[in-house]
Amino acid sequence: MTGNPPNAVPHSAARPEVIYRHRLPVRIMHWINVVCIVALLGSGLQIFNAHPALYWGRDSRDSTRVLQITQKQVGGDLRGVTRVGAAEFATDGVLGTSRNPDGPGVAARAFPAWATLPSSQWLAMGRLWHFFFAWIFVANGAAYLLWTIASGHLRRDLVPTRAEWRGIGRSFIDHLLLRHPHGEAARRYNVLQNTAYLTLVFIVLPVIVVGGLAMSPMVDAFSPGWVDWFGGRQTLRTLHFIGAFLVVVFVLIHLFEVVVTGFANNLRSMITGRWRLPK
Amino acid sequence: MTDSAMPMFKRRRERRQLLRAGLGAAVATALAGCDRLSQDERAVDVLRSAESLTRGVQRALGRRAMAQEFTPADIAPVFRPNGTTHPAGAAYAAMLADGFGSWRLRVDGLVQRPASFSLAQLRAMPARTQITRHDCVEGWSCIGQWKGVRLSHVLGQVVLAPEARFVLFHCLDRMDEDDETSLYYESVDLDDALHEQTLLAWELNGQPLPVANGAPLRARIERQLGYKQPKYLARIEVVRDLSGHAGGRGGYWEDRGYNWYAGI
Repeated sequence: MTGNPPNAVPHSAARPEVIYRHRLPVRIMHWINVVCIVALLGSGLQIFNAHPALYWGRDSRDSTRVLQITQKQVGGDLRGVTRVGAAEFATDGVLGTSRNPDGPGVAARAFPAWATLPSSQWLAMGRLWHFFFAWIFVANGAAYLLWTIASGHLRRDLVPTRAEWRGIGRSFIDHLLLRHPHGEAARRYNVLQNTAYLTLVFIVLPVIVVGGLAMSPMVDAFSPGWVDWFGGRQTLRTLHFIGAFLVVVFVLIHLFEVVVTGFANNLRSMITGRWRLPK
Repeated sequence: MTDSAMPMFKRRRERRQLLRAGLGAAVATALAGCDRLSQDERAVDVLRSAESLTRGVQRALGRRAMAQEFTPADIAPVFRPNGTTHPAGAAYAAMLADGFGSWRLRVDGLVQRPASFSLAQLRAMPARTQITRHDCVEGWSCIGQWKGVRLSHVLGQVVLAPEARFVLFHCLDRMDEDDETSLYYESVDLDDALHEQTLLAWELNGQPLPVANGAPLRARIERQLGYKQPKYLARIEVVRDLSGHAGGRGGYWEDRGYNWYAGI
């Protein structure tokens, strides 16, 4: 993997160990995103808890339900269960029932108090958090898209080269074996990393935003019927939720990679921009 | 390698434990912080500021937008009732018993000709039928067919005063049976009040409005969530501002923290 195009950021011919990895706009937008995603996930689960079921179609009926988090009486005890399609899973203690945030004992609630914002069941407050941070999140996302295209970041750093695409299988295996690029090869984001970023930015997050907008009855009225192009309001609500789940998966893998490839070095690079090339 | 492996391994483990503890503490602090902010009036005001942005943008983009209308095939087998499903008290029971013959809708406030309408009088007015999707704040949706008179028609009969800004809906149902002040109420501005699809509906899916869905008369405000669409109407009051009634925020749920603008 030598012979990569030189990094756009100036560096001396003596191959410095420390490179300027992340430019200021990326760093600022990254941390705004962190705050937004934490607030949106927590308040989103709070809102979900008000009606912990998902449907496929225009409206909500038993016959269109695809997911439900609920409780079952088992010998006088309340047990949390999660139903996905026809399958039922025991999710006691986490989904359906969990520690009561407002007193002793167990609460009947879909997502547990530690995952929702606020922790108690409080739909009105969850909505205030969600819609405040939704505006910031969308504004930040739009700014990121504009900047990433205008600055050349997208073309230069994020879109993999043809040679990199061919190496995606190898990159996949390397990730599984926790073998990470070092030296010159580490100057560029690797192909799997870029695939993840691009999928998130151009597929998952737009689906989440469209799904969120589709839940607004007023936005639905802007062009009556547009939600049906995507299968209807309840389908889009479900896609909004699946998208959020994929963001959680992305964040977990992202944090894992940040830790295993040098936590302090990576964290510093997202604060000061400077990143030490792994040898 | 063998000599230095142990301390290195140990050091890494310690660092990992420290990292995990730090991360756990950070998450716990953030959660507790968010809970505290949710109780802080100024912080909540900041969060609430997004409401006027949302309302402003949505109204600018779709002031006269029409809610989607569906076909009879889309109607749900059961129209899911929510909130009050049977108003308590002898007064409502008596009205129900005589088929709402004695029930009247009072329309007053900032109008030039206050009036009272019987159900028969309302039914004799020009009617609109629409099949729309009802979206609850909780997240579920239900499609049903409504028939009723446009609110704009009724307001035209009583003639709005120039200073009229909002329409208050007073309802018959108490949210807390033992509390006389817990009567449900709602409000909309004139954009929604005069909208083509805003109805005073007496019919659901071709049948007289069932008790569970608001008999004898309910409002349909099709571009907002379900809690903006009051049932069991008794009186429509035209006002200049919302601060004068109950908690002053323009609705039963609004007085309990929900957004007044529920187009989202």
